[in-house]
Amino acid sequence: MLRFIGKRLWDGGLTLAALITLTFFVMRLAPGGPFSKSRKISPEVLANIQKTYHLDEPVWMQFVRYVKGLLTFDLGPSTRFRDYDVGGIIASGLPWSVTIGIWAIIVASLVGIALGVAGAMRRNSPTDYAAGIVGIVGVAVPIFVIGPLMQVIFALRLGWVPVGGIEGGWRALVLPILVLALPNIAYISRLTRSSMIETLRENYVRTARAKGIGERRVVWGHVLKGTLLPVIAYLGPATAAIITGSILIETIFALPGIGRHFVDAALNRDYPLVMGITLLYGALLILLNIVTDLIRAWIDPRLRNGR
Amino acid sequence: MAAETENLSTLQLQFARFRRNRLAIASVWVLALIVLACFLGPFLFPFTGEDADFDYISAPIDFSSPHLFGTDDYGRDLLVRTLEGGRVSLTIGFLGALVAGGIGVLYGAVAGFTGGRTDSLMMRMVEILYGFPYVILVILLSLLFGGGNVALFAAIVFTLWLTPAVIVRSQAEGLARREFVEAARAGGMTSTGIVLRHIVPNCFSVVIVYGSLLVPEVILSESFLSFLGIGIKEPQASWGNLIQTGTSAMDTDLRLLLLPGAFLVAVLLCLNFIADGLRDAFDPNDR
Repeated sequence: MLRFIGKRLWDGGLTLAALITLTFFVMRLAPGGPFSKSRKISPEVLANIQKTYHLDEPVWMQFVRYVKGLLTFDLGPSTRFRDYDVGGIIASGLPWSVTIGIWAIIVASLVGIALGVAGAMRRNSPTDYAAGIVGIVGVAVPIFVIGPLMQVIFALRLGWVPVGGIEGGWRALVLPILVLALPNIAYISRLTRSSMIETLRENYVRTARAKGIGERRVVWGHVLKGTLLPVIAYLGPATAAIITGSILIETIFALPGIGRHFVDAALNRDYPLVMGITLLYGALLILLNIVTDLIRAWIDPRLRNGR
Repeated sequence: MAAETENLSTLQLQFARFRRNRLAIASVWVLALIVLACFLGPFLFPFTGEDADFDYISAPIDFSSPHLFGTDDYGRDLLVRTLEGGRVSLTIGFLGALVAGGIGVLYGAVAGFTGGRTDSLMMRMVEILYGFPYVILVILLSLLFGGGNVALFAAIVFTLWLTPAVIVRSQAEGLARREFVEAARAGGMTSTGIVLRHIVPNCFSVVIVYGSLLVPEVILSESFLSFLGIGIKEPQASWGNLIQTGTSAMDTDLRLLLLPGAFLVAVLLCLNFIADGLRDAFDPNDR
C-alpha cells in the first residue's frame, strides 16, 4: 500500500514538473508580454520595468529563477497587480473557489446518486424518465447558457437572490453552486444508474438475496457499495469539471475566485499569476486523483494488489 | 442459416440496429437541418451578419421586417449572425473531432501494435498530458498560437486526441496478437501496412462510438473559449461569443441570449442522442 502511494506521488510529481515547464515556456513563447497592452511607455521605463521583473534575462535563466523561487514557496510578484504577490492573490481568491467547488460536489453527489438509484430501482418508470431528462439537460445545456438564464429567472424576475457579486452572504452563492453542480448531477446520476443496474445482476447480490436478508438490507448493505465504486472513480474527473466550470461560474456571477483571476491573468500575460494558478490546479487534480484511487482500493479489495 | 442474414456484415447489422433507434434517427435529421440552415441559410438574405442596418438598431422580433429575429446593438441581423456563427462552430466541431480522432487513432494503433518500450514511452507521455488541467492547457495553447480560428482549432485538437489514443491502444494491443496479424506479418506485410490495413480498420466501432462523443466536446470547448473572449472574436460570430453578447444584454433583451443558446443546445442534444444511439448499436458489452 505504501509503495502504491509512493509510486503515485512520484508520478504526480513528474506530471506537475512537466506541467510547470510546459506552462512556463508556452507563456513566454506566446505573442505579447505583460506590458505590451498598457499605454505607451518610453523605452527606458519599459526597460526598467522589465528589469524589475527580470524579463530582460534569457528565458532559461528566468525559468531557473522561477524554479528556485518555487522551492522556497515563493510564487513571485504579479506583473499586473503591482504591490501584490501571487501567493497573496491566490490566498484571497481561493476561499471563494473552494467554497463553491466543495458545495457543488456535495450537491452533485447527493442529488446525482439519489436520482441514479431511484432510476435503477424503478427502471422505465416516470421517476426513471425524469432522472433521464435531468441527465440529458445537464450534459447538453452548457453552464454559460443555463447560468445566465437562471440569473434572469431567479435574480432579475423573481428577485430571490442577487444577480452576482458577493453582497448578500450565502444567497449570493446559491445560484453559482447549483449551476456548477448541474453538469455533475447529470454525469453522476447516469453513472450511478448504469452501475447499479450492473451490480444488481452480480452473483454476490443473488447470494445475499438467497440468504433471505430483506431487500432493504440487500440494497443498502451490498448493492450500494458496488454501485458507488465507479461513482467514486468519477471524483477525479469531477474535480477537473469543477475547475473548468468554476472559471465560467466566477466570470458569469462576478465572484472574486481564482478561476476569474486565471482568465484575466492569461489575457494580460501576467506570467507569475498564470503559473501560480496552473500549479495549484495541477496539484489539486493530481492529489485528488490519488485520493480517489486510495478510496477505491479501500472499498474494493480486488483493486489493492493491482499495479 | 438464412441467406439474407448471411449477407449482412457486422457493420451492416450495427447500422441496422442504429436505424431502429428512433430518437437517434430523429436527431440525425434535426442536426442535418441545422447544418443545412447554417451553411446555406445566410445566402437567402440580402445582407451578411457583419452588415450594420442603421434603420433597425436593436430591432425586436418582427417576422414582417427584413430582420426576422431582430438585430443587435449595431443593427446586425441576429438570425444571420447566429447561422454564420453556427457555420464556424460546426466546422470546428466536426473537423476538430476528425483531426483529433485521427491523430489519437494513429498514435494509439502504433503504440499498441509496437508494444514494448516504445509503447510504454508513448503512453507515459499521454498519461502526463492527461494529468494536466484540460481548460488551462486549451487556454494557454490558444494564446500561444496567437488567437484566431486556427489557433483555437489547434489548441482544441491538441488537448482532445488523448482519449481516442488510450482507447485505440488497448484495442490494438489485443489485435496485435491475433492470428490474422501474424499471418499478414508472415506474408511479408510491413508494419506500416499492418497498422493501416488491419489494426485501424478493426478499431472502427470503438472509434465511431468515441468519435461521436468528441464532436459535442469540441463544439463545447470552442464556445466556452469564445464565451470567455479567448476564442473567436468580434466581428466574426460564433455561438460562444454571441451568447456572451446576449448575456451582457439579458436584463433588457433576452432574445440575444436565447437564439444562439437554443441553437447550441439543440445541436448538443442531437449529438448526444446520436452518440448514445451509436454506443447502443456498436458496443454490445455496454447494454
